[in-house]
Order: sequence, then structure tokens, then C-alpha cells
Amino acid sequence: MKVLLSILREMADLPNDHDAVALALNSLGLAVEEMDVVGVPIPGVVTARIVRMEKHPDAAKVTRCFVDAGDGEERHVWCGATNMQPGDIVPLATLGTTMPNGMEIARRGILGIDSEGMLCSEVELGLSDESSGLLILPAGSPLGVSPFEVLGMEHDVIFDLDLTRNRADCWGHLGVARDLAVHFGVPLRGPRIASMSSGSTKSLDVVIDAPEQCGSFTISYVSGIAVGTSPRWVSSRLAHLGMRSINNVVDASNLVMLETNQPNHAYDADVVSSFRVRLANVGETLTTLDGQTRNLHADDLLICNGATNVGVGLAGVMGDLHSEITDKTTTLAIESAWFSPDPIRYSAIRHGLRSEASIRFERGTDPNAWQQAAERFVTILRETCPEATLHAGATVVQTASCPVPVAVDVSVKRVESLLGIHIESERIVSILNSIGFATTIKGDVVTSIVPTWRPDCTQDVDLIEEVARHFGYDNIGKTVPNSTVHGRLSNMQARRRILRRVLVGLGLDEAMPSPFLATGDLATVGLPEDNVLRIANPLVAEESILRTSLRPGILRSLKYNQSHRAPQIGLWEIGHVYPKSDQQLPDETEQLIIVVAGGDVETSLAQWSAICDALSVGTQLDQSRIPAGLHAGRSATLARGKKVVGVVGEIDPLVLDILGIEGRVSILEVDLTVILNEEPKPVQAKDINRYPSSDLDLAFVLDDTVPASTLQRALRQAAGKQLVSIDLFDVYRGKGVAEGFRSLAFRLRVQGVEATLTESQLAELQKACVAAATKAGATLRA
Amino acid sequence: MTSASTPEHGQLAQALADGIVQIREAATSEQLRAVVSALTGKKGPIASIKSSLGKVTDIEARKELGQLVNDALTALNAANDGRSRELRAAEFLSQIESERVDMSEIAMSANVERRLGRMHLVTQAMERLEDVFIGLGFQIAEGPEVETDFYNFEALNMPPSHPARSMWDTLFVESDVEGSVVLRTHTSPVQIRVMQDWPPPIYAVMPGRVFRKETPDATHMPVFHQIEGLVIDRGITFADLAGTIESFTKAFFGPGFTSRLRPSYFPFTEPSAEFDIRRHDGTWIELGGCGMVHPHVLRAGGLDPDEWSGFAFGFGIDRMAKERHGINDIRDMYSDDVRFTEQFS
Repeated sequence: MKVLLSILREMADLPNDHDAVALALNSLGLAVEEMDVVGVPIPGVVTARIVRMEKHPDAAKVTRCFVDAGDGEERHVWCGATNMQPGDIVPLATLGTTMPNGMEIARRGILGIDSEGMLCSEVELGLSDESSGLLILPAGSPLGVSPFEVLGMEHDVIFDLDLTRNRADCWGHLGVARDLAVHFGVPLRGPRIASMSSGSTKSLDVVIDAPEQCGSFTISYVSGIAVGTSPRWVSSRLAHLGMRSINNVVDASNLVMLETNQPNHAYDADVVSSFRVRLANVGETLTTLDGQTRNLHADDLLICNGATNVGVGLAGVMGDLHSEITDKTTTLAIESAWFSPDPIRYSAIRHGLRSEASIRFERGTDPNAWQQAAERFVTILRETCPEATLHAGATVVQTASCPVPVAVDVSVKRVESLLGIHIESERIVSILNSIGFATTIKGDVVTSIVPTWRPDCTQDVDLIEEVARHFGYDNIGKTVPNSTVHGRLSNMQARRRILRRVLVGLGLDEAMPSPFLATGDLATVGLPEDNVLRIANPLVAEESILRTSLRPGILRSLKYNQSHRAPQIGLWEIGHVYPKSDQQLPDETEQLIIVVAGGDVETSLAQWSAICDALSVGTQLDQSRIPAGLHAGRSATLARGKKVVGVVGEIDPLVLDILGIEGRVSILEVDLTVILNEEPKPVQAKDINRYPSSDLDLAFVLDDTVPASTLQRALRQAAGKQLVSIDLFDVYRGKGVAEGFRSLAFRLRVQGVEATLTESQLAELQKACVAAATKAGATLRA
Repeated sequence: MTSASTPEHGQLAQALADGIVQIREAATSEQLRAVVSALTGKKGPIASIKSSLGKVTDIEARKELGQLVNDALTALNAANDGRSRELRAAEFLSQIESERVDMSEIAMSANVERRLGRMHLVTQAMERLEDVFIGLGFQIAEGPEVETDFYNFEALNMPPSHPARSMWDTLFVESDVEGSVVLRTHTSPVQIRVMQDWPPPIYAVMPGRVFRKETPDATHMPVFHQIEGLVIDRGITFADLAGTIESFTKAFFGPGFTSRLRPSYFPFTEPSAEFDIRRHDGTWIELGGCGMVHPHVLRAGGLDPDEWSGFAFGFGIDRMAKERHGINDIRDMYSDDVRFTEQFS
């Protein structure tokens, strides 16, 4: 929302210092996004008359202009434009002038003939973003003066405000000026209203058939109109505020809206002399001012010509093209209404048409601003239509939905305790009164009648915020709460951090791919797609599924890096998956995935081993259950009891082939909800066993179909409490071992618990181990 | 002292002198061992003198000679120790010389030049922020990324069709009741969950992933990260909010930084503010939003606004990482491109 300093300063005696005003706006919560100083005369740029023009035979694209800047001296200027002719008055930038874009006008020549300045376009003067040639000034303009003066252009400052949703009132200059006036301690004048003798009473008929949507509808009758062009200051201000000048009537209507936040519409009162506000009928159409014919919806609110019941405007959004005022218009019916915000918002959304009016209505306008708006309208019109007369007897129809001022109480104690300040009750009353809240105090309770232009204020905290804004956020101290809570990571969070550090220590990089998948992404990696949730309004179709696995995303990242010739890539991600559940929300869990290009089953098992060690957890490896999408011969599930917590191994080569990934890829996937939430008890120390230990090296031949872990478990049990450690130190297949078998060599370190093991005890232990191994299907290798 | 008179005296002196020379002349440890064992062995010269001791009849002379034999052995051992040390020192020196390597060559080898992995810049920023808030007495709360309309909007003082909902471009998840499940547009729903689950007083920050229906560009991603703070206690004031923001600013950015609050609007806080951080060079950067928890929000969280008050604040994490590392395009941060990632050790 743009506001002009000139209009604000008409409404209140604000300082003529735009930096001070910008600071004030920011401190009031009316954030200045951009500040633009316009219409500042450029020293050195003066009006000049083109005396004569010449072409040079060797310079076809430029013209030699001889100009008179009123000082009796003829200057020669080269000019590239073509829209001028002798006698035109144009802006001349004299030698030494610094243009708004920073360019300095120097004596530059073409073909050895110097140019003594530059003739300017609107772009060069910083007046516009585009132009089609020189700015031709009105004939008869004085020479040697600033072209800005000739144009009647005001030096002005545009503030582009980033208004918050609650400040509906600041969509008009008046609301902004009200806050600033309080800030600078000056009275608020409001828009200038000419004293006008009201003409004869003239009331037009108004009927409201949609009382819930239309709270107030007023029609003021104005006569003495001659449609023409606006004064320069009106069109200039509108242009600064981003609106095009149409004619004196439409311009006045728009300017009044921008000043007072009261959207309004002027009808030719000779064409539309009575009004009906009703909901549209299905099948009804209306051609709005932008030339579009719109099919109306049963919830659209329609302003109709009371005589014909035909629509003359889509209420609160835009007028009807065929009901525009014309050159012949001499009387006006000015509509100022209050519409319910939601219906207007939905109407605007339905028709994809957010107009200056709808933006204001959907935030909430002031049902009591209509009279000031009508008077201001006529005040502006008087400059071009001295006969313009606002007639008494304006029609005002209000319904039950029309907002009325509400009283809100707040205790002084609550103001102080919520803000953490000390403030006198008189100060609270004075602040609230100054912004138009009629405020009284009784004991500790302040009661404010909230003005109808502040629909956002409905309860005590709203008043507290107003007090805080005008007290000044900077004047509120900075304290810290006296907390009894101590800061810490939860067990789960601390363990997650350990996990991250282990992963980093393993040389793996964290990836963060998008959690959105395309249809088919899961199937490509061999996973089911039947338990997925879809996004109802995805940004792009390729991102319409919520992931149920981290695998598709991270494999895509792996592939991406491989295609950029990054060799041994190891990536991990800790992230959420969102499989569908029978509850309202998905079965959202946190998962870990690690993939390594060129890694194999040993890589992933080593990673899992390190993680288990770091987090004091353990799992059983179950190769009998082949995880979907993984290499059937080189993968296993990780189980804790009956619960599967993850998978480990290699990606199915078929999947890799489809994805176009070269080489093996190791994978480890773990559900972290179980692993991270565990709270391992502190390990209790055991005394160091100082008896000498012995090693038993035993090699067994075992069928390939029996896992080594079966044999290891048997040995472990047989060695019992004397066992210190057991290592598989050699695996051998080949000569001397039958096909389909392998030799597994274990080193068992054993140690007596109460005394050194004797030779015979050792022999016994070995015998027990061999017996257990045999029972497990292994044969001692000779 | 009796003067040397027996022939043994002379032999001993000679043997000692010869022995010392031989020890000194041994060129290697091995030679030395051979020399010493020859000199002091059972068949060596000293041993033979020792065995002839019995022939000396004069008791005094025998005693004296015995003493001299012991002295000679001690002297030989001492010479051996000395020479042995010299030889070993020389041998280590030559071993060291022979084992000399080019360390730079090894440093460059693939076995040695192994970098650790990298945490994502967002994770790094998140942990740094968490640590600062832990230092300020906060705990860390987490919540689901797929949320109900209730937690994401309604409980945050945005009943259905509240116009402020349009402040967020929401991604909706298909569900039985249309629009009832969303990808959370902010971390604020965790506020409600914490109020419902944790008994006050509450001092918590809630970092996490959030979603918006937004086309990616250099400064926006549809999936990004925020951190939210919530304090609920008795007698919490707006001044406490300002002071906490100031403490955070100094703790996270450094003692030379300050903060300020500017009035703003959020449906879930009132009074609301934007907070800015002032850099060393005097320029301000807008960081996030904050305010006193709205009474409607306290009630939605099951707390009585007459008993408890509190404040909340929130800001983006991605931008912190972007600013810290001078990243031009935020999309690079989410490219998972190792060429990008590996820069940040």
C-alpha cells in the first residue's frame, strides 16, 4: 500500500522530513518497504525552446537542435529523438548537470561538433519507466525554469507500506495520518473539506435484499458535474499511488478511496436513479469495467439498477462496464457501502479479481466514513466543476450486520503485567483517546469505545497492543524471565547427535533431498506404493506423493553425484517418512538411511556395527527375510526380538540398473524411533581378570546355507563364562573344502574366572566347543 | 697397598688392558658380544687367572689379587656397557636413516587424505541454535511435519476461513475431510502440542522442517526449516520477550550485536512484533516474528490466560546458514551436490 507524504501532511502537521516520518512509520508497525522521493527539481535542467533543427549529412540517426533557454544564448545540442519540432518547449539538461541516474552532462561531440547539453525524455528526468521521445512541455511555458515547475509537479515522497492484516484502517491515508499525528503529537485534521452549501434535498431509493452481506448502503446525490480531465495534482498523486487518471469524476472517486479508505462508486444519476442490493442469480452475467464478462455465482453480491433490477456492479469488487459515467453525465449518485468482508473476499477469489475496492472491503471498512468521503469527493470535484453540489438528504440504509462501536475493558494492572512496564492510567487513557478510542477510566478498569474503523480491536489484548505501539516498543525494557527450567537435550536428541557424529566420522555426507515423490518413484526402487499419502494441491505433479521411504530421494542424489564423476560417494539422511495410517495423521517416523556408491554388504555391516557400538544397541541379523528392493543374496533385516528395525546390505542390482547407477551400492536403513529412544543403563564396571588368558584356534567346515552366526552362537555358549572374545579370523572356500561348504576359523580367547585355566581344563573346553559346533552342523577341520 | 709382585699381577694387568682395547675396537653389537663373552667366559684370561688364585700362598697377596680380578671384571663390564651404548646409538641412527620417508608423499596418499563426512548446513545451523538456546535455559521440542488443520491454524487463533490463513501458501494432504490435514506451514503447531503435553513452566525451542506451496528460487524453497521458541510461566512480560531476544542475539551472533522489536501482526500473538538484529556495521536485518502468546492460543493449549502468560518467537534456519556461508542461491544448499557440500568442513 502506497502513501504520499503530501497527502499525509495535508491531514496533519507532520514534519517535512521523510526520514523522520519513515522511522515513525516503522516504529508504529507500518513497515516501510520502500521510500521513493519524486518530483525533486534537477539543478541544471531548464525549459528551452527549439529554435531550429538541422540534419547532418554524415549522421543520419541524430538531429542538430538549436535551443533557447531564455537567456538569449543559442545552444547547439545533438538529439537522437524524433518526436520534436521547431517551436516545441522541451527540458534541457545544461552542461555539468548530474542526471537522476548519476550521468553527468559533459561537452560531448559527434563528428567534431560539440553538444552543449542534452534534451530529455521522461525517463531521463526520472518521471517514468518508459517514454517514446522527448518530453514536450505545454506551449507557452516559460523558458529557463524547471520543467517540474511547469508541469505543476509536486515534490513528494512515496512510502510503500507493508501493512499487516490487522490494520484495515491504514488502507487509507487517514489511518496512517492518525497514527503519525499521535506519534508526533500534532492534531489530526483529516482530509480538507470545502465548506459547501448543500443543495436542495434529493434522496434516491435504496433497497437491500441481502442484509447479511450488506450492512450499509448510502447514496449521495451530486449535481453540477461536467466530465473532463483532472487537475494536474490529482492525476499526479494518483500516478504516484499506482492508479491511472481516467477523468475528473473517476479520479476523484479513486483519490477519495485512497485518502479515506472508503471505496465508492459514482453512477450517472440520470441513468441509475434507484438501487437494489441483492444476491446474484445463477446464470446471470455482468461485464466488469475491465471488459470481462463474468458468470455470476449465487453467493455474489450484486448492485442493481432499482428500476430494472439489472446489475450495475459486482458489489465491493468492480463496477459494470455499461453503467460507467459518460461525457454527458451531469449528475452523480455516489455509492458508499459497507459489505461483509468474507463474501467480498470469496467473490474476489471466485472471479480472480482483487480490486482496490475488494482489498479494502475484505479487510473491513468503516461504515461511518461515507459522509466524509462524499464531502471530500465534491471538494475535489469543485476544482474542475465549480458548480458541483452535494445535495442534502443522502439515502442511508443500514441492516443488522452493520458494525456498531463496541466497548472493550482492560485493567491497568493487566496492561502493566503483560507489557512489563509501569504506566499511569492517565497515559493509557490519553493514548487510546488520541487514536479515536473514546476512553474512560473507573478504578483500575479502562473502558474504550472502539471506533468502527478499527474492526481488529475486540478484546483487552488488542487495546494493550495499541497502548504498547504508542508507548513505543523501544521504551519497553529488556528483562529476562526468572526461570526454574534448565536447558538440555532429551535422551533421544542427545543420541541423535551422537549418531550424526558417528556418520560424519564414517566419512559420510548428509543429504537432504525433497520429501516429495513422483508416482512410480517408490516402485522403481522396489517398494510398495499402496500406503502413500498424496498432496491435494502439489506444486508440480512430480512432487505429489509424501515419501514412505528415504530410499528414492537419496538414490536420486547418489545418481546425481555419480553423473558428476564424484566417485566413492557415501550419503546419509535422517528424516521423516509419512506412510498412511488408520488415524487422521500418517504414521510419521524418523528414519536413517546410508547409501555408499561402490560400497558392498561389508560396508553397510561395518557402519551398523559402529552405530551399534556408539549407541549401545544390538540387533539380530535375519537373512531369511529378504527386504524389498535389496539384493536377495546380500541383504538382511535387522531385528530386535520380533520387531524389524531396519535393513542392511546392498541395493538390488536390477534397481540400480533401472536408476542408471553404476557399481554396487550398500544400504543401511534404520527406524530411529526405537534406536534413539532407548536409554541404555550405565555399564557397571567389572574387575580386570588378571589370570593369563589362552587362545583356542578352531577351524570348522560348514554348509554354505548355515549362517556363520549359528556356529558362532554355538561356540559362544560352549565356552561359557570363560570366553573373553571370539573372532572369525579366516573364511576359506576352495581346494580342500567341498563345494557348497566353507571353512570358518575362529579364535576364542578364554580365561579362568577364579584361577588360571589348567591344560586339562583347556582341553575340556576345546572338546566342549567342538562338540557344540558338531551339533550345529559343523565339522572340525583337521 | 702391597706392590704387584706375582706373575699373575702382570698377566691380569695385561689381560685387562688387552680386553679394554678389544672392547673399544668392537665394530658391531654382535662383535662386542663375542669379545665380551671371550674375555669374561670360563675359558677367558680372567677366568684362568682366577683359577690360579689358589696357587698364591701369601694370604694377603691372594686376597689382593682376588680383589684385583673383581675390579678387572667390573672395569670390563663398564667398558662393555659404554661401547654397547655407543654401538646401539650408531645402529639406530643408521636404521633411522634407512627408514627415512617423504611425509608429504604419504600425506597425499588416498589412505591418509581421508576427509570426514559433512553435516548439512541446515543441520549445523540447527545444532548451533539449539546449543545457544540450551545455554539460555531452553529445552527442545519436536512435532509431526504432517499436521491437522487444528494444530496448524485453528488452535493458533485462525478459525476456519480466517483471512490470515492466506499469509501461508498451504500444501494440503488428501484426507477424508478435505483440508483437514496439511503439511505444517510453520513450526508453531508444536507450541500447542507442547502446551498440551508439558506441564508449565515451559521454556522450549522447536526446530523443524516446514512446507509452503512456493516455487523454488534463489531465496525460497517449498521445504525449509524454522525454529520456534515458546515460554510459558507466571508473570511473563513483553519486556521478558525483548530481553530474551536480546540475550539470544548476543549469544548467537556475538556481544557486538543488538536487537529491536517493531510492531507487527500474527494471529497467534498479541502484542506482536518483528525482531531485527543490528550488525556491527550498523545495518539491520529482519530476523523473525514474535509476540505475547494470544489468550485464545493459551486456551487452545489447555492453559488459563489468567494464570499463565508467555511469549513465542520464530525465524528461519536456512537463512542463517545462507548468510553465514555467503551462499547466493539457497537451492545449492538442497542440491545434495558433494562438490558443494565438501567445502564446509
